[in-house]
Amino acid sequence: MLSFLMRRAVIALPTVILISIFVFGLQKLLPGDPVLAMAGEERDPEVIEYLREKYRLNDPVPVQYLTWIKGVATGDLGMSLRTNQPVTELIGQKLPVTIQLAVMALIFAVVIGVPAGILSAVKKGTITDYVANVVALSGLSIPNFWLGIMLILLVAVNWQILPASGYVPPGEDLWLSIKTMLMPAFVLGTALAATLMRHTRSAMLGVLKSDYVRTARAKGLVERRVILKHAFRNALTPIVTLTALLFGELIAGAVLTEQIFTIPGFGKLVVDAVFNRDYAVVQGIVLVTAVGFIVMNILADAAYFILNPRLRKQ
Amino acid sequence: MTFRKTTLLAALLSATALSAQAADFRFALESDPDILDPDQSRTFVGRIVYTSLCDKLVDITPDLEIIPQLATGWSWNEAGTQLTMQLREDAVFHDGTPFDAEAVAANIERSQTMEESRRKSEVASIIGTEVLGSHEIRIDLGQPDATLLAQFADRAGMMVSPTAAAEAGADFGLMPVCSGPYKFEERISQDRIVLSKFADHYDADAYGFDTVTFLPIPDDTVRLANLQSGDVDMINRLAATDLARIEADPEIEVAQAISLGYQGVTFNVGNGEAADNPWGTDARLRRAFELTLDRNAINQVVFEGASAAGNQPFPPNSPWYDSAVPMPERDIEAAKALLAEAGYPDGIALEVQVPNRPVSMQLMQVVQSMAAEAGIDITLNAKEFATMLADQSAGAYVASQVGWSGRVDPDGNIHQFVTTEGGINDSGFSHPEVDAALDAARTSSDIAARKEGYDAARKILNEEAPLVYIYHDTWIWAMADDITGFTPYPDGMLRLAGVTKSE
Repeated sequence: MLSFLMRRAVIALPTVILISIFVFGLQKLLPGDPVLAMAGEERDPEVIEYLREKYRLNDPVPVQYLTWIKGVATGDLGMSLRTNQPVTELIGQKLPVTIQLAVMALIFAVVIGVPAGILSAVKKGTITDYVANVVALSGLSIPNFWLGIMLILLVAVNWQILPASGYVPPGEDLWLSIKTMLMPAFVLGTALAATLMRHTRSAMLGVLKSDYVRTARAKGLVERRVILKHAFRNALTPIVTLTALLFGELIAGAVLTEQIFTIPGFGKLVVDAVFNRDYAVVQGIVLVTAVGFIVMNILADAAYFILNPRLRKQ
Repeated sequence: MTFRKTTLLAALLSATALSAQAADFRFALESDPDILDPDQSRTFVGRIVYTSLCDKLVDITPDLEIIPQLATGWSWNEAGTQLTMQLREDAVFHDGTPFDAEAVAANIERSQTMEESRRKSEVASIIGTEVLGSHEIRIDLGQPDATLLAQFADRAGMMVSPTAAAEAGADFGLMPVCSGPYKFEERISQDRIVLSKFADHYDADAYGFDTVTFLPIPDDTVRLANLQSGDVDMINRLAATDLARIEADPEIEVAQAISLGYQGVTFNVGNGEAADNPWGTDARLRRAFELTLDRNAINQVVFEGASAAGNQPFPPNSPWYDSAVPMPERDIEAAKALLAEAGYPDGIALEVQVPNRPVSMQLMQVVQSMAAEAGIDITLNAKEFATMLADQSAGAYVASQVGWSGRVDPDGNIHQFVTTEGGINDSGFSHPEVDAALDAARTSSDIAARKEGYDAARKILNEEAPLVYIYHDTWIWAMADDITGFTPYPDGMLRLAGVTKSE
């Protein structure tokens, strides 16, 4: 399996390089001048010239790219134009926040989506199935920002049981940290729960028709055991893969969710960076996200190996 | 007995809890400040944090009079080229460095020479400083500069610890050390800035909170929700559209002040080739555009009456407002006549670039429908702000909906926008008489003479109309009803002296 993983990692390398060129080039095509955005209302020409020199914006674009990628190779992602902080430091600060949000959202998604999927597959065609489908569909269709604001108004303003927005590091106050993150994680989790539910349902439906499930039933096993041990376990492989692939959706969803709930994470960092034309930060984030996505893909492949013994023998 | 003890304990505990709670003041900002170095800083919200963190040489009253802060008194020489300031002897920086004349000299040098400094243009008139005594300094100017004291009432006058500044260099903003009533504790970017009370501040008794936390919450609804849920004590920039509802809420208090800035439409009259169009070459068209506007109706429709309509860079309540040039009444017939005179009896098209913010879009949609009645067919080109700024600066536009956050001294609202060499003259406007009048107004220390200069320029600018001013923003603060003692200032700053939280 190790050689398989190595092989995948080597194949991924050109993809990462392509992504880096793509992101760099795309940013340069963006209208707007980062230095003007940085120079302040007065736009002092002396300051503008100094900033252009300092951030080497006068160099030709390919030279700028090479300077940047050389830094990246040595672990230096550059400096943020906006806050003067190293990009690696910024990412190091923000990544744990978004991971906390993503993990909590994933828990919501799995806890809601998987049982709902099993239930609606087992009770296919009944009222339970329809209700679960309608709920899942609404989870997919309700925009995050609307659900977020409605929850804030209801839970924080009317009931006053959870903080309206913000972030508390778990190290500072674990309980408050979880409480603050509950609403955003729920909002982010609902859309994923719907996707998970739909996939669990179809995977379960496929498995439930198979011979070994009929055999298990014929043996006289209790229905719960048939479903959880025989059917669900076999339906699990695609679900696990999907969950790993949902990582991308989680990051994309986090951009919006963090914006609504004012969570100082990755998503908020990238949005602010784009608006301020903070090139180095945008490049750094996209690169780290792309690598993260590739790693998650490789891990999903590895999970196949573990869950499906047949693959190991090949 | 046990019951009594428990009650007593409970009462004691709740009292401690209350006082502990009362000691932290949480304030929600509309965006995250940039680097916390007064010399490098460029955001409006950053200045709000500095008001608690960094004392300035002078401050302003709500009526914009300059009053002492770190400087206790000052005097000008006859020629207006030497400013002598006496300084507080009981002020000290957060790191223990004493505040004295040497510190002031070091700060002025830093603003002028630090490569990253954004203050250079604000202190450009200073050619040198002379320390006259431990707490007395003379500032020498190349030419008279009436705006200098107002600059000292803002970031250029904020004193940072020379010791800390020398050590940290350009990284000073990561750990700012000033001499204000609160000192820097921590910052988590995009999340919070925490300041704690500085016990050695000369006026420490006037400040009631142990800590002050600034939380950037960009979304208007979420910011307000945080106030309603009790998560913050006060918010900056309540949306005008929420005002009526919130004023009816008994648990929330509102305070307002008309800002020093303005919003309007800038025409490209001489900035590059794009200026060569009917709107750039014929002032009659621009005047016709202005005549189609009903500024009071705009204020009612877009801001529910909460802003201040205006037609000059200074709001109508400002002493610098020229009452000889009042807001024109809306006159569609006169506008049509001007269009016809300019050769466009059947109307003319106009493309205006607008920042893609809801308020700016709403404003321009109202303007669009007003202008249409006279035959001006406006196309709105919504742009993200950084793009718009770049296009405007490069002259790649016909008309642009922009504003200015405003400065204490009138010069800051007009000189750099309409003088030929002005640093932010995106309009490309150039008129020798306007240059002369505004140059004279900035070098004279006589208020009446300055006003004459501004009025003279206004008469020409009103005819030429390179900038059509529409309204002045109102700062709206909303706070929990237990917050008392807050005074709104037109500069939009949060001054915490005397502000308390009662329980």
